[in-house]
Parts: sequence; structure tokens; C-alpha cells
Amino acid sequence: MNQLRFSGSGGQGVITAAIIFAEAAIVEGKNAVQSQSYGPEARGGASKAEVIIAEDTIYHPKVLQPDYVLAMTQKAADKYSGDLAANGLLILDTDLVPNVPAYSHIVRIPITKLAVEKIGKALYANIVALGAIVHLTQLVRLDTVRQCVADRVPASTIEQNMQALQTGWDAVKAES
Amino acid sequence: MNKARLMQGNEAVAEGAIYAGVRFFAGYPITPSTEIAETMAKLLPQVGGKFVQMEDEIASMGAILGASLAGQKVLDATSGPGFSLKQELIGYAACAEIPAVLVDVQRVGPSTGQPTSPSQGDVMQARWGTHGDHPVIALAPWTVREAFDATVMAVNYAERFRTPVILLMDEIVGHLRERVVLPEPGELPVYARRQPKCTRSEGYQPYTPEEDLVPNVADFGEGYRIHVTGLIHDETGFPSGSPSVTEKSIRRLHEKISRAEDEIIHYDEFFLEDADYAVVTFGGVSRTAYEAVQNARRQGIKVGMVRLMTIWPFADKMIARLAKQVQGILVPELNYGQLVGEIERAAAGQCPVKLLAKYNTEIFTPTEIETAIKNLCAGGRI
Repeated sequence: MNQLRFSGSGGQGVITAAIIFAEAAIVEGKNAVQSQSYGPEARGGASKAEVIIAEDTIYHPKVLQPDYVLAMTQKAADKYSGDLAANGLLILDTDLVPNVPAYSHIVRIPITKLAVEKIGKALYANIVALGAIVHLTQLVRLDTVRQCVADRVPASTIEQNMQALQTGWDAVKAES
Repeated sequence: MNKARLMQGNEAVAEGAIYAGVRFFAGYPITPSTEIAETMAKLLPQVGGKFVQMEDEIASMGAILGASLAGQKVLDATSGPGFSLKQELIGYAACAEIPAVLVDVQRVGPSTGQPTSPSQGDVMQARWGTHGDHPVIALAPWTVREAFDATVMAVNYAERFRTPVILLMDEIVGHLRERVVLPEPGELPVYARRQPKCTRSEGYQPYTPEEDLVPNVADFGEGYRIHVTGLIHDETGFPSGSPSVTEKSIRRLHEKISRAEDEIIHYDEFFLEDADYAVVTFGGVSRTAYEAVQNARRQGIKVGMVRLMTIWPFADKMIARLAKQVQGILVPELNYGQLVGEIERAAAGQCPVKLLAKYNTEIFTPTEIETAIKNLCAGGRI
């Protein structure tokens, strides 16, 4: 079983990224559940989405101890990374999480900056993050995720989203 | 064959409604039910149906009752506060015998409460929210696939018994996405709208009950002259002040459901063969309870589980049987204690019934329920 948490602020698209990740797992024949919690605000506030991937039936739907946490804001990093598994991985947006939590396995990627610089809009930050997570977790194939992204985003933005996904994937290569 | 898909509970409700033949939806969006309206707005035009976002919750309930009388299978979806607003018309539908399905995706209340957080606080609202003596059917799914199936079932029951049916969802299942394979057309039974068996000249009366105590009220526009009222009425559909008609009507409303209880009451039993203790749950909490029961079993604790799918009518007979078998029943609920009272009543003192209540916006962890199981076995506080 693998447990992932995507966290940030409402409007950053972390829930969408989690949905696409879970969708890719289903396409590849695995079991997956995706859940979320967010505040009453349409924008802002803490937002978190979780994905569990397993071979067997998944009953309890929430992550108990995440193997991977993505944090796209300082607040999310502070609030949602404390219960990471000892050998887990914390993935941070370099610029939006200046105070790095004390944890032994951290990858910092300038996710939002890359979205702005390479694709032209911070809007694509969630898909950049998704590309990075797909690379770091090796739980689903990039090709599958490409298809799932294309199926979910508006047709007019497929090209930009493919670019965003690749940017995130490549950012991991550049980091390691 | 249908492929496996990642689907949300709320989406599955909408898909199930379409499968069951629902062709009219009226609603007023409210978290955590909004995706049902969104999905219906997308799906209904594709099958020649109509979607209306009304000005408020009361109007949407009125709209679905009108559409139902005009011959459509209908759905409306809301959450706790909207459910309260619709209650008067739910009573109207019960009295006038109008088929309709209302989904309540429960969230933390009272009032606006915690709009985005899970709760199971509307168990009693589903039963007693509307006024007067009335029967009710309420179903609570625990998986996304069952959200689909329970919706089909809810529409079928509404049509078959000509009564409002409540789909008592919770935020856990409503917002959960998981792997589903939807059934093919024809795989699940779909109950067609009841039709008059004779013409007016042959003596047709809209509210004359059939053998199953349910009347074949003609749809508006089919050439029959129908009068529909929330006043107690006789077989003509016109009001009657007679004590005997009143008594007969109220008794028939109850008996058309109670007679069919064995068919309507659905539940799952797990690990009960040799169980000394049992957990009784419903809705999204059952998923966590199942994991807790499995963990306890691995440690040699003889605990079983009953997962109620039908909440109303209540599974009295099964709980009485269970209470005779086991030495204690644990009831985890995401509320201050609602269904536990019914379980206590049905257990009738044959074994202790203990509540594990949680109402702080968070769902149970498997450990919390597992600890409560151990405390139950030790005969101590939960």
C-alpha cells in the first residue's frame, strides 16, 4: 500500500492533481481511493487531497501515515507533513515553502516558478507538481498520466498541460 | 463490458439515477452534495431529460413533485440545512403518494455547522423530519459502487411504493473517489412507473389501492382526471373528513411499507459465525469499522460486524437476533448518538449496547474503533 498526500491552498489545484494520479493507478489496474478535505472558502484556506494505492480492497479511505507529502504552501508544509513515514519523502515548492520542516528526506522544486517561467501561468503549478511526483514515486507510468491529464483538462489547454507535466518530470532529473 | 473508472460517490448517485430512469432533476446546490447537481446537469440533456436549478430548496422539492405527477422519475439532492427546508413537502409527498428520491449528503450541523466536514447527524431527520405519522425509506451506501446501486434501488422503491425515499449519504462516501465498474443496462432491475389498470368509465379511482396497498395514480396528461391533495383523501383523491377514512389512509401508508420490510431491509454481516461481540455501523464509517474489526480478529478477538444499508425501516428483527447471540454491541457513529437508540430499543436489554460518538469534523481512525472493541470486550467504558 502507498499513501500520498497533496497539500496546498484552495485554488492551487492539488485536488485535481490527486484525482489524476488516482485515475492513472486505476487505468493501470491497481486499486485507488482519493479523498479530500478543504475549508468552506472557494480560494485560500488549507486544502489537502489524499490518494491510497493498493493491490487489495481499500476500506478506511484516509491516509494514516503518508509515504509522500507534497506541500505547495508554508501552511500546508507545517500542517500536513508531521506524520510522514520515517522513510517517506517530502516534496516542497521551493519558493512558497521558505521554512523547510525538519525531516530527513526532502526534495525542493521551484514548482510554481517553473509553471510561470516555462508555461506562462502559475495555474499549471499543480500539473508541474504532478509530473515531479510521478517521477519521484514511480507508482504510475508517465504515459498513463499523460492520457489521464488529457482526458481531464479543457481541450484548449492540453498542450500547455503536457508541457507542464514534462517540466515537473524533468525538474526531478535536474535535482538528482 | 464497462471499464473500471475512478468515480466519486456523488457522481455515482447521478449515474445511478440516470440508469434507473430519472429524467428530471431540480435542486439548489449545497456542499457536500453539489457534484450530484453538476453531474445531473451534464448527463440529463444527453438522455432527453431536464435539469433545473431552482431559486431555493423548497422550490426544488416542489418542482420534483410536480414533475413526478406529470410522469417523470425524479431526483433532488441536498445536505442537512436544505433537507430541513424540504421536510414539509416530503410529508406532502408521503400523504399524496408521489414517488420522489431525495439525496441528503450529510455534513456537520446544526445549521451551517461545518459545511465541508463529514457527519451522520441526519439519521433522525430522515426518519422524523417531516410532521405527522408517516413511513419512510432511507438507504445509506458505504462504497461508490453501492452509491450507484442504492440510487437505483431508491428510485425503484419510490416508484413501487409511491413514496418519498431518502438516500442518506455522508460526505465520506459522497466525496470519495474509488475504482468502480458500473453495471450494464439490464443488469439491475428498474421498476417502471405504475399505470392505471382501467379507464374512468370502467370505474377508475386514482387512490384505490392494489393488492400491495399501493394505488396506481395516473400521471397528469394521460387523459385521467386526477385531484392531488395533502389533505387526507379517499379513493377519489378528494378530501375526506371521515374518521374511518383517516384511520384507513394512515394505516395503509404505513402498511404498504411495513409489509415489504423483509425485501426493503438490506444489510451485510461479516465474521458473525463465532462472534461474541459485534459492531453495527452504516455509511462511510463502516469502511473504518471493517478495518478495525479485521485488525481485532487478527489478534484473536471474536468480533463480528453488521453493516446496515437500509436505515429506515429499521432492521429490528436482525438486531434482536444479534443481541441474543453476542455479549455486547458497539455502535460507532459520526454524531452525538442517534442510531444507537434504535439499536438499544431492538436489542431490548439482551446485551449491552455501547455508543462510540465522534462529532469533531474528523472521521474515525481504525485504531479508535479497535480500542473501543477491546473496551467493549473488557466490559469497561468505551
